[in-house]
Amino acid sequence: MKSNRSNNKSVSYERWGYIFILPFFVTFLVFSLIPLVDTIRYSFYEYYRSGLIEVGPNFVGLENYKALLESDLLKYAGNTFIMWIAGFIPQIGIAMLLAAWFTDHRIRIHGLQFFKVVIYLPNLIMASAFAMLFFTLFSDAGPINQILMSTGLIHHNIRFMVSTLGARSLIALMNFLMWFGNTAIMLMAAIMGINPALFEAAELDGCNHAKIFRHVTLPLIRPILAYTLITSIIGGLQMYDVPQILTNGAGAPDRTTMTLIMFLNKHLASKNYGMAGALSVYLFVISAILCFIVFKMMQDEDAVEAKKLKKKKRKERA
Amino acid sequence: MDKSLKRPITLREVIAHIVLVILAFMCLFFFYILVINASRKHVDLMKGFSILPGTMFLTNMRNVLNDSNIPVLYGIRNSLIVSGGCAAICTYFSAMTAYGIYAYNFRAKRPAFTFIMMILVMPTQVTALGFLRLLMNIHMDDNLLALILPAIASPAVFYFMYSYMQASLPMSLVEAARIDGSNEFMTFNRIVIPIMKPAIAVQAIFTFVGAWNNYFVPALVITTKKKQTLPVLIATLRGADFMTFDMGKVYMMIMIAIVPIVLVYLMLSRFIIEGVTLGGVKE
Repeated sequence: MKSNRSNNKSVSYERWGYIFILPFFVTFLVFSLIPLVDTIRYSFYEYYRSGLIEVGPNFVGLENYKALLESDLLKYAGNTFIMWIAGFIPQIGIAMLLAAWFTDHRIRIHGLQFFKVVIYLPNLIMASAFAMLFFTLFSDAGPINQILMSTGLIHHNIRFMVSTLGARSLIALMNFLMWFGNTAIMLMAAIMGINPALFEAAELDGCNHAKIFRHVTLPLIRPILAYTLITSIIGGLQMYDVPQILTNGAGAPDRTTMTLIMFLNKHLASKNYGMAGALSVYLFVISAILCFIVFKMMQDEDAVEAKKLKKKKRKERA
Repeated sequence: MDKSLKRPITLREVIAHIVLVILAFMCLFFFYILVINASRKHVDLMKGFSILPGTMFLTNMRNVLNDSNIPVLYGIRNSLIVSGGCAAICTYFSAMTAYGIYAYNFRAKRPAFTFIMMILVMPTQVTALGFLRLLMNIHMDDNLLALILPAIASPAVFYFMYSYMQASLPMSLVEAARIDGSNEFMTFNRIVIPIMKPAIAVQAIFTFVGAWNNYFVPALVITTKKKQTLPVLIATLRGADFMTFDMGKVYMMIMIAIVPIVLVYLMLSRFIIEGVTLGGVKE
C-alpha cells in the first residue's frame, strides 16, 4: 500500500485540493460574483428612490448607460485622471531618483535606514485621517496660513480649497506623499536584483552614472515600471477617501475634484441603483482590462521564473 | 567607512542629501503639526501656530473620549475587531487556498489558479452595489461581520502565500507527515502553518493596516453609530459644523486614528519594508 502511494497520490488526495480551495471560492461567489451579476442586472433597470417613493425597478435597456454619458461622467473621469497623473509623475520620478541613489555604491547616504523608514511612513496612514489633517492644516485660518503669515511670505490668507488648482494640488500632493516611498522601495528592490557585473562592466567601459542609469538600469527595470504604472492606474481609478473627506463629498470647487468613485458613492448613498449599476459596469470593464494586463505581466514573470528553475534543476542534475 | 572619510564628498552626494532631507521633512512635518496641535487649547490654536507643544494633551484626550456625539472608544473597539478579524481569517484562508493549489493535483487546479490571478487587482468598489443589496437581503447590513468575512477571498494575499510556498515548503515534508499518519488537515495546521509564519506575519500586518484604514465599504455598510469604525467617525467629524468644533479635539481624534499604526510601524519598520518588496513582482 505505502509503496504505491507516491504513484497514485494525485488520485487519492485529489479531493483535498478541492476542500482546501473551497472557502475562497465560496466566499468569492457569495460576496463578489453574485453581487457583480446583481450589479450588472440593476444597470438595465430604472430603480431609484426619490423621497419616500421608490421608482422601479423598470427595465430600460441601456438608458442608464446613455444617461451617464450625457451627465458629468466624463468630467469626473477627467478630474480623476488629472489628479492621478499630477500625483503619479512626481511619484515615479522621485521614486526612480531615490532608488538610483539608494543602490549606487558610489554614493554614501548617511541615515539610509532612517530615510527609508520615513518615506514609507505616509503609505500606512489612514487616507481619510490624512485628508482630514490636510483639511484642517490648509484651512483659511489653519496652521499653514498661520506659518506663512508669521514668516511674512504672504499678507493675506491663501484660500487653498476654493480654487480648482488649489484643491486638486492638495489631493495630488497627498497622493504623491502616500505613494512615492512605496514605489521607491519597490524600484530599489528591482535594481538590487540586477546582476552587479553589468554595472561593473558599464563602469569599466567608461559610462558615467547617468549613462548607466539610462542604458543599463532603466531597460532592466522596465517590467516593474510597467507594473507600477498599471497598479497605480488601478489605484487612481479607485481614488476616493482623500477627495471625499477633503471636500466633504462635494468635490468642491464646482465639482472639479469629484472622482468616479465619489460619483458612485453619491448614487449608492441616494439609493439610485440603476445609475450606480451602470457606473459600476463602466468601472468594471476598465478594471477588467487592467486586470488582464496585470495577469499577462505576472504570467510572463512566472514563465521567466519557471525557466530559471528548470535551468537550476538541470545544473543540479549535471 | 574609511573609504568615505578619505575621498571628498561629491556634488551628487550633497544633492542627494538635500533632496532626502526635504522629502523627509515633507513626510514628517504634517505629523509634527498634528502632534503639537493635539496638545493645544482651542483658543490658542486660533491665535497662531506654535513650534512647541501645549499642555492640553490629556485634557483634549479626555474631551474626545467623553464626547457622546463621537463614540471614539466604540470606534477603536470596532476597528480593532474588524482589522484583527480580517488579518486573522485573510491570512489563514489565503494560506489554505494556496496550499490547496500548491500541494495537490486535481483537475480544477490550473483553472482555479488562473482565475485567481485574473482577479488579482480587481477593485471591490465595482461590486459594491450588489454587495450592499446582498447584505440587506440576508440581513447582514449594519453588521461588522460583513466587513470581515469577504477577506477570506483575497487574491493578492493568496498569491503572496503561493509564492512563499514555492520557495520554502518542500513537498517531502508533507509526504513525511503523511507517512507518520497525519491527516491532510492536521498537516496543514501543524506543519504548513508554522513554516508559513513569516509570510503570515507580513501579510497580517498589511491586511490589518488595510482594514484599519478602509473607508468606502464600512461607510456604506455600517449605519449604527456605535458600530462605526474610526475612518467613518473621522468622516462625520468632517461633516459636522466645523466652526463650532473644538479644534484641539479634532486634532486629537485624527491622532487616535493614526498613531497606533505609526507606533507598530516604527517597531517593525525593517520587517515591514522587507515585506513590501516581497509582495511585488521581482525583477
